Amino acid sequence: MQKKVTIEYWQYEYPAKVTLMDELIKQFQEQNPNITVKQTNFPYDQYNEKVATLVPAGKGPDVINLYYGWLPKYVSSGFLQPLPESAFPAAEIENRYYPLVEAAKIDGSYWAIPTAVRTLALFYNKDLFAKANIVEPPATWEELVKDAVKLTEKDANGQFVVEGFAWEPGAQLHHWYRDGLLLQAGGQDLSEDRRKVLWADTPAGLEAFQYLLDFAIKHKVGTTGIFTDDATAFKTGHAAINIDGSFRLGSLKADAPDLNYDIAPLPSYKSKSAPSSFWANAIPADVTGAKLEAAVKFLQFLTSKEVQEQWVERVGELPAQKEVAAQDKYLKDEKLGPFISQLDYSKAHFFIDETGERTLFVDATNEVRLNNVPVETAFKDLVAKTQKLYDDYWAKADKK
Amino acid sequence: MISNATRSRASRERRPLTIRLNYRAQRYIFIYLMLGVPLLYFLLTRLIPILYSFNISLREWDVLSPEKPYVGWANFSGLFADEAFRKSLANTFLFVAVGIPGQLAAGLVVALLLHNANRLRGFFRTVYFIPYVTNIVAVSWVFRWLLMPNGWVNGQLLNLGLPAQPFLQSPDQAPFVVALSMIWQSVGFQMLIFLTGLEGIPKMYHEAAHIDGANAWRRFRHITVPLLNPVILFSAVIAGISYLQAFSHIVSMTQDGGPLNSTRTLVYHIYKLAFKNFDMGSASAATVVLFVLILAFTLLQLKILNRKVEY
Repeated sequence: MQKKVTIEYWQYEYPAKVTLMDELIKQFQEQNPNITVKQTNFPYDQYNEKVATLVPAGKGPDVINLYYGWLPKYVSSGFLQPLPESAFPAAEIENRYYPLVEAAKIDGSYWAIPTAVRTLALFYNKDLFAKANIVEPPATWEELVKDAVKLTEKDANGQFVVEGFAWEPGAQLHHWYRDGLLLQAGGQDLSEDRRKVLWADTPAGLEAFQYLLDFAIKHKVGTTGIFTDDATAFKTGHAAINIDGSFRLGSLKADAPDLNYDIAPLPSYKSKSAPSSFWANAIPADVTGAKLEAAVKFLQFLTSKEVQEQWVERVGELPAQKEVAAQDKYLKDEKLGPFISQLDYSKAHFFIDETGERTLFVDATNEVRLNNVPVETAFKDLVAKTQKLYDDYWAKADKK
Repeated sequence: MISNATRSRASRERRPLTIRLNYRAQRYIFIYLMLGVPLLYFLLTRLIPILYSFNISLREWDVLSPEKPYVGWANFSGLFADEAFRKSLANTFLFVAVGIPGQLAAGLVVALLLHNANRLRGFFRTVYFIPYVTNIVAVSWVFRWLLMPNGWVNGQLLNLGLPAQPFLQSPDQAPFVVALSMIWQSVGFQMLIFLTGLEGIPKMYHEAAHIDGANAWRRFRHITVPLLNPVILFSAVIAGISYLQAFSHIVSMTQDGGPLNSTRTLVYHIYKLAFKNFDMGSASAATVVLFVLILAFTLLQLKILNRKVEY
């Protein structure tokens, strides 16, 4: 008989995920009686904080759930080990998973593997669309502007009653720019080696940036802080269109069960592209021996077809593997379908500093809106500052 | 049989082994032992971490890796080269400059009014104190909702024929809005301190001055303010430290210390460095800057405000 081993699993506190994981752990332990898995959760806002305080104190996990945008930082600090090639061959990952998962491939190895992924899509309020006599959700850049203008409603004082298009660059719109608008306009995000920011290398970058800004400064169909934020505005029926992620479906169901809304794929321009993201499970560098073996087994279990199916049904996140996601029962689901249909052409920007890159983007939009800086100047500055983040990151990574 | 002499010799020989303490000494030992317990706790939870962060401030450490190479003053020079850090320093000073006078003035006015009120004193005292014990996050969200571009406050402004204001959406207004909300929330605390101070001023001084023909302003200026000095000092130090450490309001009222870093304070910057960027070295260096600031600031206040007044 094999020796008993206990491993610790960390993920953030999201009720649906925590309860499901408890059940999954039970299933896993039944299949592997010699392994015990202990789940630990931290509030999402404090996740990094907890990791930063507990890990140096020697209280690390054996399997950890991380946002893909944090991976480069965790990898460059030497906290993680690459997934063992024997259990997770790179070729097989690339064959079975959606291409966006490649964001977890650094220096030729995969460092984490997701159970589920998320994409952004267009949320639209059907009642407000009917009121404005619009039959179909917008499918192109042009239609989106036209519809947003039609849907916008202001009171006698010129104050927003309904935003035609919820406009919050710090929420999802900065993702929409990098992995959606920019590529749809014919631009490129990063160079092959992920060292150079290519936004300004073609006119597409500026065109997409201008398009995004125009909603607030030219068409005036939405702006920051309306009903505090975009998600609240949409939830309360004060925004007709919002670009948001599949992760919002659960909270809309719970908080606004009567909201009459639907989902559509993101509008396209010269091509199609949609931002996606994922939380993935990784193994810390100090996990070895029997614990490592158990951790790998647990990871294999978490990426199995059965678990992916339970995950989409219970949590609402999309299956990460093509053969699981592309089943009719999910593709034909009126809420999940549009998200899944975009997975083939979805992208996940390789963040070297998720909050830093977001702050720079939001600042650039604010320079234009609040300080009257010309769009070209703000854009040039944004690209230069983002490039500096990359230069600093790579300078440090190359040293190690 | 043992003679008396042997017995007394035996007791003399035993003597050096026991320290005979009188009651007074025992009592002092007990008192200092008890006082020492919190001191020990203070050493463990405050002093040692402070010294440790001084040490980390001279190292490069990303928390997740075990190595902490020594880098000298690089973290400090890096900080001062960083625009966001300089902005956070300037904002912190702005918060202090607006917050302390604002908070003291508001607290003093409410305390003076209440001191002179005869009826419903307890009621008003409670009302003014409620914000102080209300959850900061809840308060911040209510402010955000009231102050949003299409919110209630702008609705009222427009009804009065005044232009709508961007408030938290504007880099010029946001820091003042946040400082005001902090003032509003701490008025109750300052009021309570000032009320206690006011009650400690003997009535006869005011009565004597009144008989001598001093008007209300002069009585306030020459009796109340000087005698309230120790209380003002205490309030100013406490308020100063709270504004130097402004954090929770920033997190819950603004989007990431924005717009354009206009509400990013030193403590918020430290938080970002440490827990978002995992740059513990720079975060510790910024903490050392904050430590020096608070120390200098408190010493300065003690020097300026701590004048003894006797009548």
